[in-house]
Amino acid sequence: MAARPSGGENRLVSLPLSRIRVIMKSSPEVSSINQDALFLTARATELFVQYLASYSYKHGRGKEKRALTYSDLSHTAEECETFQFLADILPKKILASKYLKMLEKEKRDGGVKEEEEEKEEEEDESEDEDAES
Amino acid sequence: MAWLNWWLYSSGHQPVGLDPPLPDGVNISKEARSAISRAASVFVLYATSCANNFAMKGKRKTLNAGDVLSAMEEMEFQRFVAPLKESLEVYRREQKGKKEARKDKDKKADSEEQDKSREEENDDDDERMEEEEQNEEEEVDN
Repeated sequence: MAARPSGGENRLVSLPLSRIRVIMKSSPEVSSINQDALFLTARATELFVQYLASYSYKHGRGKEKRALTYSDLSHTAEECETFQFLADILPKKILASKYLKMLEKEKRDGGVKEEEEEKEEEEDESEDEDAES
Repeated sequence: MAWLNWWLYSSGHQPVGLDPPLPDGVNISKEARSAISRAASVFVLYATSCANNFAMKGKRKTLNAGDVLSAMEEMEFQRFVAPLKESLEVYRREQKGKKEARKDKDKKADSEEQDKSREEENDDDDERMEEEEQNEEEEVDN
């Protein structure tokens, strides 16, 4: 899906319009879409991507390592009201072991032994074991 | 997701936007790219649904530019409205230009040239869509 940046033609929008149209049409109750509306939606999406990436980088911890990470994005969705509509698809990540503990806790209705918790506590955030919360 | 990589990294080519591009040398994890791509899809859906509400309010069945702009305000992306309006103007001029170019071609054509120019027109119109569709990594099933 490469939009060519070089060459004489300076495109107004680089996101593929056909793809955007497909997504728009998948929305219930939408019958037809005027060409201008399609263009604007594509363009707005570009601005949105820029905004999301830029904001997340600026406010995130990834920049300590000159990187934009998933965690930065997820953090933005959670903290910034404008991006809250993304919270469901950008959930925070937790270790599988922690998640299982949470489930257990819920079952037992609040009483997890302190000893158990100390034993199983892990500090690093290995992405291999992540589960979505 | 090649388009996304290009978009996020080519700060030099970014059309007038509001936010500073990511600084040079910033790495975007694969996970982050995938997340942004999903976020973009959700954004389109949200914007479309919102715009559609405005169209329905106006008892129209076709989403128009105004509906999309109203949706942006509703979604609290007012900052997009001015640059969008600018882009729209340029886009409309471009479309108009294309239309007139086509009319001129038709006028000048004799039967042999007519066939040729029709091919060109089709290429011209569909060029963007075709390229975009051809280059898509995933096929979307309808």
